[in-house]
Amino acid sequence: MRQIKNRSGNIITNTKNIKKDKYEIKGKLIIVEGIDGSGKSTQIHLLDKWLRFNNKPAFLSEWNSSEIVKNITSRGKKKEQLTPTTFSLLHATDFADRYERNIFPLLRAGYTVLADRYIYTAYARDIVRGCNPLWIKKLYSFALKPDITFYFRVPVDIAAGRILSGRPKLKYYEAGMDLNLSNDIYESYRIFQSRIIEQYEKMITSENFTVIDGTLNIEKQQELVREKFKSVISFDGEN
Amino acid sequence: MERIKMEKFSIIQYYGHGIPYLKNLESKGKLIILEGPDSSGRSTQISLLNNYLEANGHAVLNTGLRRSELISEGIVEAKERHLLRKRTMSLFYAADFADQLENKIIPALKAGYIVLADRYIYTLMARDAVRKINRTWSHNLYGFAIKPDLIFYLDVDPNELIRRAFQKTTEELLRGIFDKDNFLDYYESGEDIGFSDDLLESFISYQMKMKHEFYRLQKKYGIIKINGNQNIEQVQNELRNKIDKFLKIPFDSSTK
Repeated sequence: MRQIKNRSGNIITNTKNIKKDKYEIKGKLIIVEGIDGSGKSTQIHLLDKWLRFNNKPAFLSEWNSSEIVKNITSRGKKKEQLTPTTFSLLHATDFADRYERNIFPLLRAGYTVLADRYIYTAYARDIVRGCNPLWIKKLYSFALKPDITFYFRVPVDIAAGRILSGRPKLKYYEAGMDLNLSNDIYESYRIFQSRIIEQYEKMITSENFTVIDGTLNIEKQQELVREKFKSVISFDGEN
Repeated sequence: MERIKMEKFSIIQYYGHGIPYLKNLESKGKLIILEGPDSSGRSTQISLLNNYLEANGHAVLNTGLRRSELISEGIVEAKERHLLRKRTMSLFYAADFADQLENKIIPALKAGYIVLADRYIYTLMARDAVRKINRTWSHNLYGFAIKPDLIFYLDVDPNELIRRAFQKTTEELLRGIFDKDNFLDYYESGEDIGFSDDLLESFISYQMKMKHEFYRLQKKYGIIKINGNQNIEQVQNELRNKIDKFLKIPFDSSTK
């Protein structure tokens, strides 16, 4: 554990908790990250089910799901007219809305808040899209750091295979077509997603990610997720 | 037609981190901002300036807050439904601005237009600060904004704003206070701006805070204060004088 001294020379053991105590955060924040098709949504959904089954107050917040922003984002995507900066700011607005109205108040109320994608998605995507990394980090500086960040690591081909088994083709922005990486949408997807993976990999240590092998079967992954959860958060209930 | 010459190229300057994928852009145009509270006569002044500049042979593009085709409607709707919290509101307006900046303002500057903006990032930063959002955070947020050539602020005494507002009907006054951009409304709940049952009291208190914030911003961003308590013609003449001097056009046309 990190040890830092405050001004009066007393040792503070965990910097993360200082900020939380100020706001009396009683709840826990658990988030999942990974590229599309990494299986993270399935896993956070199962974690949510497990908590609810055990009567734990839980709330799941998904990326790009704010009532007031998501229609605009999807309209902009359809028209393919979103520049990286606008794209980034719309997602930040979406995040802020969910954060101010759900995530933060529920954490204060003692909920376990689960988030399917969090600030690291923005860090990774927006940096790959060409926004300034420092700008992005400061933009999201109002967000609390999660108690656990699960990162689902999968090779690009497996992720693509999973996406394409559910629908016929890749979408413009998820393939990074706005970046002119390649005229071929599959090639563009591969380059774009590989760059996002690169960004995620860089954050593993600095942002304290818990890496889960996303190629394992669903049950095994969930077992690992729950194990980690119980090691960090006191949990009395059945498995 | 010597007067319409604006031969100089300049490289677009950003306030902060900028837009990394839009570096070293050449601008042939000028970006001129008019800031000021509601009822300060801002729109009237903008439209007079627009006519004047066009009459002098300049191509003019008008822009302002909440005018992105993609995003503005969403902001209006969310505000009507009282759904916006302060950070969300701040970022929503920033997204609206970003869309206009990249899709309208920058292309117009490259093409040699005079871009006349009816308010810019300063109003947005002042609103944030009045809502207790950290100033450094707002300053970073707008690090992608380009530095204007001229920034004016119509400084009007809040009591004068009230007097002007009272010239309208009571109904319009209520609408003016609640529905426009003053934010003396539901989702602020007066936590940070001393909202009270007395609309006028709230209005004045809010305007005073905004005014204060603008005084702070004035030094930092080189905002030119214009006495907005004067009549329309006086204000317009002052603006034209300063713009002409900047564009190096002789001042020879009087207010219409």
